[in-house]
Amino acid sequence: MRNISLIIGIFAVSLIASNMSAAGGAACGNYLSEDGLTKGECDKAYVDATDKSSLQRGAQIYMNYCLGCHSLKYARYKKVSEDLEIPLDMFEDNLIFGDQKMGDLIQVGMDPKEAKEWFGNTPPDLTLEAGLRGPDWVYTYLKSFYIDESRPLGVNNKVYENVGMPHVLVDLQGTPQSVCRQVPFVADNGGIRQDPLTGERLTQEQCGFLEVEAGTGELNPEEFDEAMLDLTNFLAYMTDPMKTERESIGTYTLLYLFIFTMLSYLLYREFKKDLH
Amino acid sequence: MVTKLMNWFDDRLPLTATIERHLTKYPAPINMNIWYLAGVLLVVVLVIQLASGIWLLMNYEPTAEGAFASIQYIMRDVQYGYIIRYMHTTGASAFFALIFLHMFRGMMYGSYQKPRELLWVLGWITYLLLCMLGFTGYVLPWGQMSFWAAQVIMSLFGSIPYIGEDLLTWIRGDYLISGITLNRLFAFHVVLLPLALIAVVFVHILALHEVGSNNPDGVDVKKFKDEDGVPLDTKPFFPYDITHDLYAIGVFLIFFVAIMFFYPDGGGYVIEYVNYEAADNLKTPEHIVPSWYYTPYYAMLRAITFPVLGLSAKFLGFVVMAAGIAIFVALPWLDRSPVKSIKYKGIYSKFFLTLFVISFFVLGYLGSVASTPLGTLLAQFFTVTYFSYFLLMPIYTKYETCKPVPDRIQLS
Repeated sequence: MRNISLIIGIFAVSLIASNMSAAGGAACGNYLSEDGLTKGECDKAYVDATDKSSLQRGAQIYMNYCLGCHSLKYARYKKVSEDLEIPLDMFEDNLIFGDQKMGDLIQVGMDPKEAKEWFGNTPPDLTLEAGLRGPDWVYTYLKSFYIDESRPLGVNNKVYENVGMPHVLVDLQGTPQSVCRQVPFVADNGGIRQDPLTGERLTQEQCGFLEVEAGTGELNPEEFDEAMLDLTNFLAYMTDPMKTERESIGTYTLLYLFIFTMLSYLLYREFKKDLH
Repeated sequence: MVTKLMNWFDDRLPLTATIERHLTKYPAPINMNIWYLAGVLLVVVLVIQLASGIWLLMNYEPTAEGAFASIQYIMRDVQYGYIIRYMHTTGASAFFALIFLHMFRGMMYGSYQKPRELLWVLGWITYLLLCMLGFTGYVLPWGQMSFWAAQVIMSLFGSIPYIGEDLLTWIRGDYLISGITLNRLFAFHVVLLPLALIAVVFVHILALHEVGSNNPDGVDVKKFKDEDGVPLDTKPFFPYDITHDLYAIGVFLIFFVAIMFFYPDGGGYVIEYVNYEAADNLKTPEHIVPSWYYTPYYAMLRAITFPVLGLSAKFLGFVVMAAGIAIFVALPWLDRSPVKSIKYKGIYSKFFLTLFVISFFVLGYLGSVASTPLGTLLAQFFTVTYFSYFLLMPIYTKYETCKPVPDRIQLS
């Protein structure tokens, strides 16, 4: 038994270690945290594969804003409608454009060669994007567009500097600007520096914060973040559509194995008595 | 009825005799411990890999154009296809984890010593085959990491002086990694290598049952036998070991299934995130890392940063890496110790074995991260200590003082 607990211990430690490495994910470029203290760290996207209404909202945004350029070419409409519990006819009427069929793979009509000319690069397929970059990256990236007149399309992105993609969601978000703010001066020991004479807190200017001009978008900042989380959730589902089914089968399999192992242990114990 | 049927077979085939020799009456030492489980679990994983492999093969498309999409087809459209694939990917990692434990057991208890030299050599061949199976299989999904891992590993052959470039073209079958390369690796992965593996594993087990299992004390159980000629310090495989193994298989499968269903990526170790992108020969990933089970050797490859006598650093790294895998086969002839088990060996053996384990883990870590000047220095140091376990063995095992080995197994 002692040996087994040792193995379980090693296993637990290695799982934790592997989770830590997974949490690293892709770094978020020049993205500045709200307090201005960390740069390049992604915001956490709390994705939840069981939240069907979030997935439905995400699918709605995707089909309306993203599918013009980005295919989901390994997935089929029908499976999405089943998994997200969207009735077939409603899905067909509202989320499928052109003459595509329910059983088709989710393709785009755009010619990849032309797209390359327009954007400098063919817009990538996004079926597996959340697996490749991690949901945190996707979420932060979607929130990080800003106006930059030096770029051909007039926008840039904090997470993916000089990206070729336009700010497709500008109608929803409004016009985001990269601005400078006065932030507290943080000393090396973590404290906030104060003026030795007046005791006033010292501040310094830091640039790169994103601010949306009020009233320019359909959604307020909180609603927009919520919408981007839904979209991220949808992309995370896209990468791993079997997650809920897999985990439920996994639970039953484990239950079965626990019973099997317990019985085989009792059998082993019975025979072991002969030996001593 | 059953007896009659068995008799019919026994007249035509040594059926009962074979079953008794290899299963029911096989004498297993009474003090075999948890380290001895890796062997039976390896057989379980071999079966898992063969079964899941056949089903994957039913839906996989071995072409550069279709391979990546066919994997996604398996993951999404084939019923329970994702279970079959995750079984195979988890199985690959489990295979290596177990064979490392299995080999370490042999090193610890001197299982390679006389009369088990051939058994050890056969086991080493299965390890080689497994390395090749792992590599060829890794390329098949045709993701970015598949492609670039193939690029890096195959380019090593190009570093061989004089013949390198031509050899490389011959192996790839093309001037770059292409669908042609994919097809030949596919043929190796699904036909040649599994056939060879099954054959060698079969002979490995035959050889084991000829010489008998070693044990943690390293004593020869065949010295003392009862009146029927059965070694005293053994128990029959059936029912004692089989029930023990069944229990162990249950525990193993719990871990296996937990990873397969709940952490199929294994935090990027079982399936690497970069492989979520289809192979693209114009776009090199930021840093190319091999699967975790090759990282110690990858670290050795990168540790050699200087040319010697006109031989390129890359070629020398390749040689060192290959030597790191090959040197295991020499163990039976490097060990001059009169005793088998680490329990009775002297302090130097214990020191060098510990050093070997530390080197293996540190190199494994270094091989999985981007290289830095300090990392390279460490990799060089631990490559030396890794080899010192083997190369100094004839000296330290000869001159150290060992503890006396008891005649029979001592159960505490």
